[in-house]
Amino acid sequence: MPPLLEIEGLTKHFPVTIAIFPRKKVAWVKAVDGIDFAVASGETLGVIGESGCGKTTTSKLILLQESPTAGTIRFDGQDITGLAGPDLMRYRREVQVVFQDPYSSLSPRMRVSEIVAEPLQIHTSLSREQQHDRVAEVLDLVGLRPEVARLFPHEFSGGQRQRIAIARALVTNTRLIVLDEPVSALDVSIRAQIMNQLEELQQRLGVSYLFIGHDLATVAHISHRIAVMYLGQIVELADALELCKKPLHPYTQALFTAALPAHPDEKRERLTIAGEVPSALAPPSGCRFHPRCPQAMARCSVEAPTRKEVAPGHSVACHLY
Amino acid sequence: MASLLQVSDLQTHYVSFGGERIIKAVDRVSFTLEEGQTLGIVGESGCGKTTTCLSIVGLLPAAARIVGGSIEFAGQDLARLSQREMRRIRGAQIAMILQDPMASLNPLFSIYTQVAEPAYYHRALRGRSLRERVRELLNAVRIPSPMLRMREYPHQMSGGMRQRIVGAIALAGGPRLIIADEPTTNLDVTIQAQYLDLLKELQEKTGVAIIFVTHNLGIVARMCDKLAVMYAGKIVEAGSVRDLFTTPKHPYTKALLGSMPKLGSKEKLLAIPGQPPDLATLPPGCAFHPRCPEALPICACEEPGEVRVDGSRTARCWRAEPQINDPAKEIHAAAAGN
Repeated sequence: MPPLLEIEGLTKHFPVTIAIFPRKKVAWVKAVDGIDFAVASGETLGVIGESGCGKTTTSKLILLQESPTAGTIRFDGQDITGLAGPDLMRYRREVQVVFQDPYSSLSPRMRVSEIVAEPLQIHTSLSREQQHDRVAEVLDLVGLRPEVARLFPHEFSGGQRQRIAIARALVTNTRLIVLDEPVSALDVSIRAQIMNQLEELQQRLGVSYLFIGHDLATVAHISHRIAVMYLGQIVELADALELCKKPLHPYTQALFTAALPAHPDEKRERLTIAGEVPSALAPPSGCRFHPRCPQAMARCSVEAPTRKEVAPGHSVACHLY
Repeated sequence: MASLLQVSDLQTHYVSFGGERIIKAVDRVSFTLEEGQTLGIVGESGCGKTTTCLSIVGLLPAAARIVGGSIEFAGQDLARLSQREMRRIRGAQIAMILQDPMASLNPLFSIYTQVAEPAYYHRALRGRSLRERVRELLNAVRIPSPMLRMREYPHQMSGGMRQRIVGAIALAGGPRLIIADEPTTNLDVTIQAQYLDLLKELQEKTGVAIIFVTHNLGIVARMCDKLAVMYAGKIVEAGSVRDLFTTPKHPYTKALLGSMPKLGSKEKLLAIPGQPPDLATLPPGCAFHPRCPEALPICACEEPGEVRVDGSRTARCWRAEPQINDPAKEIHAAAAGN
């Protein structure tokens, strides 16, 4: 069976222009530079990386908010770049998104019922009563009482708003939800609630998640597999537990040493990488991580490594392997 | 020897509608901090952790008032000092690092001007010695080529660098206490680790005491010696970090620890039901009881006092009271026996 979402060589370069007229392109920001991954149905793929690594651009490409410079995105075996008409509508119906900040992603002037029913009005021909029933059904799924449907977003706390956003994403029998840092804006105790809710919904409905985040522990907890991104490229992709046990790429290893301990007695080596993420405008030659890499060799600054499988389901882009 | 900072029974209230509405943002908070120690204050948004810090540095908003308690710092009660007297302490003795470095740096002044200001006013440095001091500070926070960088402006720096500049400003007056209010929330993971290592190193070098305000227990585990857990304006549990992480006594502390995802484990997270209460409409009794998995009937009607668990450890929970705990245990034992 083909995977639900399959991405091959996906690339997005943004032009940098100077002067209004004549508009001159002086450089390219290589936000996403040739990434491949696949998401099976019912699976959670975690994408982790620091700011500027291209994780949000990737999600925008999948959501068709940006068009790729090169590469293909296949959903259900079908290339989505050329979709139009009813096929495009079907894609938009089956792929939904939940954003980071539930305070700005819900319209303050719409009632919860209108917010959650909007995808139904666009994508289905359900009658008003049927829509009402469906809204009540998904609100119940995300742990909200159906009575809240007539309230406005400002009457809810951050965690409840995020539940409303999830309800809206689920209402059209969605098959893939892109979760762009869905818990980083929430309080610690509420985070656990939302994470548990997401896991429960997946078990019940078999929906796939693309979970984007920067907190290693959170992403590792909810994901089946994890892709580690650095400057527009995937440097390592592996099963979540395998990645925690045996991170191979020096950057992944650095992320693990930088992760905060769960207990004060937890042993931890000193952070081995210095410096900051270089600009995507002028990425380093060869392997993009080599200026910060503690194990860099002469070859790393010249030749860019390609990602290859070193163990079943565990691939890494590094000259060490 | 007296502690560097001793906060006792601090009460800070927000008064609105001409005194009709009182919000007890900080309610009888007490803690002590010694020279060179790090205290973590942990809690969810709206639990009063920031108000506690603002009370210490005397930067409360107009609606807030310290209505009781004292803040003894190096032999002075900060709660009773005038703004003029506070100005001699802020920056010189107590410095603050805020969450957003872009908001705490002035975009119109060069890095030099901003780092030099506390040293100019509080250390009375001028001319070449002032420039030398700024260079030392920027070196200490690992800004590369400080002589060039000090002429630049905040927008020319990356987020991590800006936060390090704020750290340099905090150190410029040679403070004995630094209050860091979520200093790494806006930073990337590897940059955050670098910054925390740097703070630790500077603390070892200068012996400054640090209060770390955060909602991230991982930061506490890495950085702090002592921990105070706040809920609805009160410290519900306090003690050494190791004790609190190993044997938490208050159900809220337990829940916070349980809701932290652990690396390499797929164990279901322990979620706390409900949400943090609104300080204006607190439930009667213990403020945590509606969300507490271990609530007793007494929790809904009477507020628990502070119980000394052992040594320096305190908890505000009926379960921690010896006379309450024992019969409860018996009930549990009986239930388990059946």
